[in-house]
Amino acid sequence: MAASGSNRSATPAVVSPNGADQAEAIKAIRLRHPWRNIVAVVLVAMLALFVLDAAQREAYGWENFAKYIFDQRISQAAGYTLLLTVYSMVIAIILGVTLAVMRLSENPVVKGIAWLYLWVFRGTPVYVQLVFWGLFATIYSTIDIGIPFTEPWLSFETNDLISVFWLAVIGLALNESAYMAEIVRAGILSVDKGQDEAATALGMSWMQTMTRVVIPQAMRIIIPPTGNEVISMLKTTSLVTAIPFSLELYGRSRDISVVIFDPIPLLLVASAWYLLFTSILMVGQYFLEKRFSRGVGQARPDKAGTETGAITLKTGVISTPGAASAADGDAGSDASTDPSGKEHQ
Amino acid sequence: MMNAATSGVPMVHADRVSKSFGSNEVLKSISLSVPQGEVMCLVGPSGSGKSTFLRCINHLERVDAGRLSVEGVLVGYEERGDKLYELKPREAARQRRDIGMVFQRFNLFPHMTALENIIEAPIRVNKVKKEAAVAHAQELLARVGLAGKADAYPAHLSGGQQQRVAIARALAMEPKLMLFDEPTSALDPELVGEVLDVMKGLAESGMTMIVVTHEMGFAREVADQLVFMDGGVVVESGDPDQVLGNPQHERTKAFLSKVL
Ligand SMILES: Nc1ncnc2c1ncn2[C@@H]1O[C@H](COP(=O)(O)OP(=O)(O)OP(=O)(O)O)[C@@H](O)[C@H]1O
Ligand SMILES: [Mg+2]
Repeated sequence: MAASGSNRSATPAVVSPNGADQAEAIKAIRLRHPWRNIVAVVLVAMLALFVLDAAQREAYGWENFAKYIFDQRISQAAGYTLLLTVYSMVIAIILGVTLAVMRLSENPVVKGIAWLYLWVFRGTPVYVQLVFWGLFATIYSTIDIGIPFTEPWLSFETNDLISVFWLAVIGLALNESAYMAEIVRAGILSVDKGQDEAATALGMSWMQTMTRVVIPQAMRIIIPPTGNEVISMLKTTSLVTAIPFSLELYGRSRDISVVIFDPIPLLLVASAWYLLFTSILMVGQYFLEKRFSRGVGQARPDKAGTETGAITLKTGVISTPGAASAADGDAGSDASTDPSGKEHQ
Repeated sequence: MMNAATSGVPMVHADRVSKSFGSNEVLKSISLSVPQGEVMCLVGPSGSGKSTFLRCINHLERVDAGRLSVEGVLVGYEERGDKLYELKPREAARQRRDIGMVFQRFNLFPHMTALENIIEAPIRVNKVKKEAAVAHAQELLARVGLAGKADAYPAHLSGGQQQRVAIARALAMEPKLMLFDEPTSALDPELVGEVLDVMKGLAESGMTMIVVTHEMGFAREVADQLVFMDGGVVVESGDPDQVLGNPQHERTKAFLSKVL
């Protein structure tokens, strides 16, 4: 456990360099695993059967799949799905950071309000919340600006002011921000108290300490679950039909399928697009995690770049320099568990 | 401000300073004084309030009673008329700029290289130009014997090297006072010497220092004044040879017999 000698400690793979008395390499007969092979063959056979069958099955309507997969209406809908995801995630992250800081505040009222917000938005289903947002204009038919309980200076019709698209964005964002708040909070709390102290002792302000010292380190903890949230959000956008907003992927493909009386191929079309997007997001997440794992984990100067795998990136535990130097590539425990403990839908 | 170096104002002056955490009174009427350019070593058993006292000096903790001043200026408060006003965070931060602090666990920023650790505060807080900050940082790294390690991340440095970077980081703000809280306690024995050597050099250059330490050899060699604390009070203080060689109080004797 010593914090020392990290440069000297030998890597296990390297045996003594003046190895005149090196032992002979082991040449044993490898243990066989017959069951592994059998299970693999059975699984591949089952998969092949399923694919062959699906390719011929009428109900899947592959001609319609081919016809609509690149239909302009569908690709436009895919664009809306992306827009919904991006806008609502951006707003959710900003709100989430705010709520997380509020929850860590020493002011009990600020803390309490943040808690109340999380309680409501995490305690009710997104679908129900979206239906509520759809009824927003019914509940608040005008939006007035002025001093409360006096004649308003300005009054807007809610329907003129907020489109259904933005209601969908708001609905998704407010719900998501409650989960983001918990993720950000866990990230901030994971940063060693000494970091804050060192920055403060150097004369850095609270804001500088947060943005330069705490948040960059919290990112390692925040990014993996946030990536999951983005992927999850992409799929949750399919619920905005509850508002009702139906120009995104799922809504659009369902509308088309109603017209052509063939729901299954269009479900497949939508699924294919969702899969494409989630796959791209997963790749992006990998590179983001890599970017924010600088200075921690296993990468040694002598072998930098070879060992920064995904496993290194999720190690949030080594947050103090003292501990970090102690570890000779000890990855620590996996901190990527979703701190919000959420279940979507 | 008056030229403090020539006036006789002590660098740190504590007058009956007290501090409690809830009902736990951690500092009980501490009075002591550190003249400009001198080194004070603070020793005492665990929980005696040494760290708390250091943290009060740069207002990481708030003093409850008494007066604590650095170069004649009250720490954390402002006296107007006969009332004390707590300083705004911005003003407290301004006071901290002139006081360097080195921690037991180094507390380097792990996502920054050694060089980035050192230039961060000068650039962000003192608004020094980047080139100037880098040049100064290279000088400081050379001074602590780490000229080649500018681009190393803390995780790739040994404990002793990390602590020396931490000292360079504190020095980059050109402090007039350095506080060390057990700077070698987290180090393997063979790495203690390299850090103490840097601190000795610093003391020789005339830096005013308060050092919490269990290294009695260092205290004897470098300190102008040794203070023994126990249970939140200053039990004994004076010339290190005097206190170590001929302790007057039973508690000092008992403590020294354990650490020497
Ligand atoms: N933030 C805090 N809140 C409550 N109690 C505290 C706090 N910081 C310190 N204490 C208490 O104050 C007492 C003195 O602590 P302090 O860290 O100053 O001791 P120390 O002399 O530095 O000991 P050590 O040699 O173990 O570092 C201890 O009893 C500790 O529990
Ligand atoms: Mg202490």
